[in-house]
Amino acid sequence: MMDITQNYFEFLALPVTYQLDLQALAERSRELQKTLHPDRFSHLSDRERRLSVQYTAYLNEAVSTLKNPLSRAQYLLKLEGIDTFSETQVQLDPMFLMQQMELRESLEEVAGSSDPGAEIEALQVTVDREMKSLRDEFDSYYKQSTPTALEAAAVSVRKMQFIDKLGREIEALEDQLFDE
Amino acid sequence: MALLQIAEPGQSPEPHKRKLAVGIDLGTTNSLVAAVRSGESTTLSDEGGSHLLPSVVRYTEQGVVVGQAALAKASVDPFNTIMSVKRLMGRGVADLKGLQGEAVYRFAEHDGGMPFLQTVAGDKSPVEISAEILKTLKSRARATLEGELEGAVITVPAYFDDAQRQATKDAAQLAGIKVLRLLNEPTAAAVAYGLDKAAEGVIAVYDLGGGTFDISILRLNKGVFEVLATGGDSALGGDDFDLALAQWFLEQLGGKEVVAGESRYLTEKARWVKERLTDNPSVTVDLDHAGQKITLEVSRELFDSLTEPLVSKTTRACRRALKDAGVSIEEVQDVVMVGGSTRMPVVRSRVETFFSRAPRIDIDPDRVVAVGAAIQADVLAGNKPDSEMLLLDVLPLSLGLETMGGLAEKVIHRNTSIPVARAQEFTTYQDGQTAMMIHVVQGERELVDDCRSLAQFVLRGIPPMTAGAAKIRVAFQVDADGLLGVSAKELSTGIESEIQVKPSYGLDDNEIAEMLKASYSFAEDDMALRNLREHQVEADRLLLSLEQAIQADGDVLLTPEEVEHLREQMAILQQLRNGSNSSDIEQGVKVLSQVSDFFAARRMDQSIRNALKGHSINEIEGGS
Repeated sequence: MMDITQNYFEFLALPVTYQLDLQALAERSRELQKTLHPDRFSHLSDRERRLSVQYTAYLNEAVSTLKNPLSRAQYLLKLEGIDTFSETQVQLDPMFLMQQMELRESLEEVAGSSDPGAEIEALQVTVDREMKSLRDEFDSYYKQSTPTALEAAAVSVRKMQFIDKLGREIEALEDQLFDE
Repeated sequence: MALLQIAEPGQSPEPHKRKLAVGIDLGTTNSLVAAVRSGESTTLSDEGGSHLLPSVVRYTEQGVVVGQAALAKASVDPFNTIMSVKRLMGRGVADLKGLQGEAVYRFAEHDGGMPFLQTVAGDKSPVEISAEILKTLKSRARATLEGELEGAVITVPAYFDDAQRQATKDAAQLAGIKVLRLLNEPTAAAVAYGLDKAAEGVIAVYDLGGGTFDISILRLNKGVFEVLATGGDSALGGDDFDLALAQWFLEQLGGKEVVAGESRYLTEKARWVKERLTDNPSVTVDLDHAGQKITLEVSRELFDSLTEPLVSKTTRACRRALKDAGVSIEEVQDVVMVGGSTRMPVVRSRVETFFSRAPRIDIDPDRVVAVGAAIQADVLAGNKPDSEMLLLDVLPLSLGLETMGGLAEKVIHRNTSIPVARAQEFTTYQDGQTAMMIHVVQGERELVDDCRSLAQFVLRGIPPMTAGAAKIRVAFQVDADGLLGVSAKELSTGIESEIQVKPSYGLDDNEIAEMLKASYSFAEDDMALRNLREHQVEADRLLLSLEQAIQADGDVLLTPEEVEHLREQMAILQQLRNGSNSSDIEQGVKVLSQVSDFFAARRMDQSIRNALKGHSINEIEGGS
């Protein structure tokens, strides 16, 4: 029923690019929310309210996918026919994996250290820096858009997934250390 | 501009057609009802001039008493006088052990694990008790506004989970109130502030009520109130401050066991002291307990140190909400205080220190939520067609499914914008497995046992395959009220199972129907009449909205044949509607909905195009 043949970028009338203007994304999202949100249909019939829930859910999914740098990269690759969303097994170079193991070890040692706050802060800085450089790497491969370059971009995405997971674990540890 | 339009005393074009809609703040300690009158949102008072209705329900052999009169009997008739029932909403019997000091009631065993309270009028569920409070507010609104209510916006703590929201909605249904929307309390407060001040930017709403704590971070922009993140504790409030002090009283008295009436005596004394400490550096209190008389002096410092862990809990939640919102403390332009418990000096000063700015207290913290809810009710009832106001909320707690080993796999993360729909695929783990248990949970913890169990159902009829071969797609949909629906489907066969999530210890539809019947002490005929009336209203609604849609867009979006076909179908429903067969009308509404769905979708697509007009992709690329 709903016109979801459009991709998220077209749906939001935004150019298909990794360097997305987040301000524009927020504005488009607001404009569409004003048109589609169920509250705009609350005094109308059930049918229209149901439809509006579906559309708004699609809009929210589009916005959250494009807002996050990792899922945005994954979505761009998906449009190119490379699905990194549902991969379970990936091969990455040993150097990268080694570095990941070291970072994970540092994370495990945080709880027992004399100043966990500072340790976490330092790890967070590393994670942010790695993520930034992977984003730049992805963007330059993606722009080349040859099949080889896109495969390389997919490797950047897989590495981002590792870093992202580490970031979430840091967050969880932080909650655990300071909130309980 | 948009905000001005809303703030103006703007009546709908035809004042006589104005629909009556109210905002209800169903609080732990007090409840309120508000309405927009002559363009201004104000709370409504009872005949005696009081606006606050104590959320206390007393059951007697003669009937039900709600409010001040019930509160007055709290100590002498503790088992029949139910206070702070909000803390029991959507909870299972097992949860009650966590609510220390409050289990003064006698609980009755019932199926489904929902706690029923034993009273002289029989066993009562928290939903029924809350419905009594809502009924009282409803009749107050009818008396003041002189008319039938179109519906109400009822506020809930932002941190309420699905079970608590569903229980609140059930209570409204029992009270005969149509819920236009369940609105989060901090969002309602932001609306009340935002309209007056035409604010833009990021604000934090700190809401400490009688039994719940919420922190919400919102971005305000041209009439859109967008919740970025929310956090809190649905079992932390002013009551806990009373309990902390009452506990100290008990220690001074030698720490004897207490029975229901006495514990209430001590918490009432504690509340009395707490309230006086707001304006006095220290308070003297006389206690007469279990034959012991004692006079105690409570200084603000003592009170602050007794309640320090509680306040710290709230500031930790603030820190996490800011992080989830991706907002720094410096970006927060305003901090709004909501809830009676924010009157405590210790709370105000700690919040001020945390955010490095003085919190806003210019709207009465007891009334601000109801005032905001009424503003939205007015918009949702359709009284403000030109209003730009829109409230965008998030899911407060992650939703997930139980996977192997008792682990919770998150399907939708907390602070995701709602409405939202998301699906996840699972597979069988045994050869020849033909059924799968779907267990829906809510919470942030990894183990299912640490999360709230929302619902369990079984998908049957999976064709026997080797382990891992079947593909089961479980789809979650959360609506604008934050309520969840779940469906599951086996992809190779298309076998489907759908449920409206009813909390593991909630009321099912039959129970609600039974209670409705009992509470409206009228005969079957009246129930049928009520049912007929509801379906007629829905039919009218559909016919009217279709008629308006055809007039507005029929020329452009429909072929003459399509218009003709729609009109034929509309005539059929109109005829059914004029009759008195309620199930025929229900069926007719379904049919017309289906045949007109394509038109609604075309209109929706057209409005998307209109909303984005002037933002063609080419133009953007050309400009960058």
